Amino acid sequence: MDVVAEAERGLLDFVTIEDGFGLQSDRADRVAGRLDSVLIAARVAPVTQHIGLVPTVVVTHTEPFHASKAIATLDYVSGGRAGVRVRASPSPAEAALFGRRVFAAAGRGELPPSLIAEAADYVEVIRRLWDSWEDDAEIRDAATGRFIDRARLHYIDFAGPYFSVRGPSITPRPPQGQPVVSALGHGGLPYRLIATAADVGYVTPRDAGHARAIVAEIRAAAEGAGRDPQTVRLFGDLAVFLGGSAVAAAARKARLDERAGSTYTSDATVFTGTPERLADLLAEWHRAGLSGFRLRPGVIPDDLEAITRALVPELQRRGLFRTSCPPGTLRARLGLPRPASRYAAVEGSRT
Amino acid sequence: MTKQIHLAAHFPGVNNTTVWSDPRSGSHIEFGSFAHLARTAERAKFDFLFLAEGLRLREQNGQIYDLDVVGRPDTFTVLAALAAVTSRLGLAGTINSTFNEPYEVARQFATLDHLSGGRAAWNVVTSWDAFTGENFRRGGFLPQEARYERARTFLKTTWELFDSWRGEEILADKESGAFLGEPSAARAGRFEHSDAHFDIAGRFSVPRSPQGRPVIFQAGDSEEGREFAASSADAIFSRHGTLDEGRAFYADVKGRLARYGRLPSQLLILPAATFVLGDTDAEAAELARLVRRQQVSGQTAIAFLEQLWNRDLSGYDPDGPLPDIDPDPGEHTVAQGRASVRMYTDPLAVAARWRARAEAEKLSIRELIIEVTGRQTFVGAPATVAAQINDLVQADASDGFILVPHITPGGLDEFAEEVVPLLQERGVFRTDYQGSTLRDHLGLDPLPAP
Repeated sequence: MDVVAEAERGLLDFVTIEDGFGLQSDRADRVAGRLDSVLIAARVAPVTQHIGLVPTVVVTHTEPFHASKAIATLDYVSGGRAGVRVRASPSPAEAALFGRRVFAAAGRGELPPSLIAEAADYVEVIRRLWDSWEDDAEIRDAATGRFIDRARLHYIDFAGPYFSVRGPSITPRPPQGQPVVSALGHGGLPYRLIATAADVGYVTPRDAGHARAIVAEIRAAAEGAGRDPQTVRLFGDLAVFLGGSAVAAAARKARLDERAGSTYTSDATVFTGTPERLADLLAEWHRAGLSGFRLRPGVIPDDLEAITRALVPELQRRGLFRTSCPPGTLRARLGLPRPASRYAAVEGSRT
Repeated sequence: MTKQIHLAAHFPGVNNTTVWSDPRSGSHIEFGSFAHLARTAERAKFDFLFLAEGLRLREQNGQIYDLDVVGRPDTFTVLAALAAVTSRLGLAGTINSTFNEPYEVARQFATLDHLSGGRAAWNVVTSWDAFTGENFRRGGFLPQEARYERARTFLKTTWELFDSWRGEEILADKESGAFLGEPSAARAGRFEHSDAHFDIAGRFSVPRSPQGRPVIFQAGDSEEGREFAASSADAIFSRHGTLDEGRAFYADVKGRLARYGRLPSQLLILPAATFVLGDTDAEAAELARLVRRQQVSGQTAIAFLEQLWNRDLSGYDPDGPLPDIDPDPGEHTVAQGRASVRMYTDPLAVAARWRARAEAEKLSIRELIIEVTGRQTFVGAPATVAAQINDLVQADASDGFILVPHITPGGLDEFAEEVVPLLQERGVFRTDYQGSTLRDHLGLDPLPAP
């Protein structure tokens, strides 16, 4: 809660909460154990006002029906600040926790195409369920005794190779209509998932040129799928270790590596340096087409506080970051409109 | 010995108990409604707040049922948010054992128990119907007779997961750099379980929670349900709120505990109860009649009748006599997603009883349904209701009640202000919480470390 409150004081758009089913590590010196991220987000929602809350849902082992109503409910308890990061899990160890599927050990970073296809179906189902109640379905018409107008509730009738879901949702349409769906991708099929199904994509450029190429690739894929490419927001991921000077930051990073017994590596670019230099880099990547950045603090709370108390003021001085937080939904914060239910156009018919 | 009463608040569900047409009736979805009821319950020192669950919208005659409140939020998510606006109140959620997997449910309840500081409870319910299954990966995979067997092994499996951490593993020692001590680093959370339903192994990712595991509720009324409760539950959410029925149920279930080496105090019997308060008993009685007429409209009366008759009766006049035709005793097809229709084990006999009563008392369909369904448990001035509650508990008809207000979310306010102080004056209800966990409130000993 302290961490999210700090991020909110820094006027950040949203916080993502990592999650996975397995225990993180067998090593005695690593943090082991974590709580369900959707419930952490719900616990934090009533004690925050502005910040978006984006927990992780592992789509490989969970029910889209449950996830849809959980994120819809997070949207209700947060007053329209809910998002979700969808993640596929190829891990044989995680599959064994459920005992329903057996996965062969895959190479690092490889995600079987069927798991990505399942993730795409999963997002389609949770989105249809969010739309399965039209906004004005609850009528409370005392004259006719009807609480709802059932013509404004819709079966979603999704049928696919991984699951079939009839609907409608048990939860009415959430405040944002469609909570923000996000996914991380490093190329190929995950880029396609972002381009076709996500509102926000997290990407991991090496430099500004790479960022430009990623943006072009995903926008082209979105356009190819018949989607307005401007409706997908691309955030650059960076792992950050900050210090008051370049030397201090490097020394701090070296101490942390020594303590861990190995050099920190990440799928994202690792930035070590001053908040000013980081602001330069973000400005450059922003010009390359990225909408924003998801900064992964090397150490919590130290690097988070460096972000909110040094980086944010630096960006504000440059006119690149908001200086106040007007009330509104996460979609509004990201410049995304609130869509009408996809079923609303079918006036009067009961599907 | 004077028994202490346990009280809980049931957030009104999707039954006709809720008078949604009342001008005081608020949202059933907005978090503010849940927070209101929870704060009222906590102010009144209630044991817990209870949420029901239904995983498919009800249908009647092939259409979504529209006469009652429709729609509810996700149970876990609301309870986790309520943990932020309360500090002592227990948080009880109904979670299905058929359309979930033990690892995920165990993780969610352990998380809720951590986030609430030891206030989580799980009402374990089962279902098997293909109707609900249409919303889930596996569909209606479970035969009816296997549902309790799956529920039992599901619950047992989650206990193995909860017990896979002893509670002393985390050192988080900044000096030595050790997060887990040895040998915990390689052992904590490790489990292996294999039976006809679940074949799982690995390491559970949530360290031991304050209560060790959530308090377990059971709500089924069948022979199997009672046995399941006697073997594994900490509390039963029962339907038997009257003196005779309550005492019979209480004696039956508590009598089963010895077979499992358990004491009568280790399983609480908590019937659902409704109430109507007034300044005087006469005023409350009048108000109760009014509420019943609001709860049972003409259309609702026909719908109830259809649920027993298992036929489309939409052509009948609710203000006229009961149908001459008999119920269709075949497979129930008219009402879907409604547990109550399974209670009518002999619809022909019930219909005969209802007809006889309607003829003898000259009751219309609507008047009869008002009489035979959902009468309020407690009606009277606050002192009368306090006495009724205490008498039932002291007579071993229950250990307390789970109260279902008919107005959301303010329907408990008057009870909290008017009735609870009278129970406190009698010395049969706490004036403040004595402990911090729900187990403490329920008088259950802490679980020993595994």
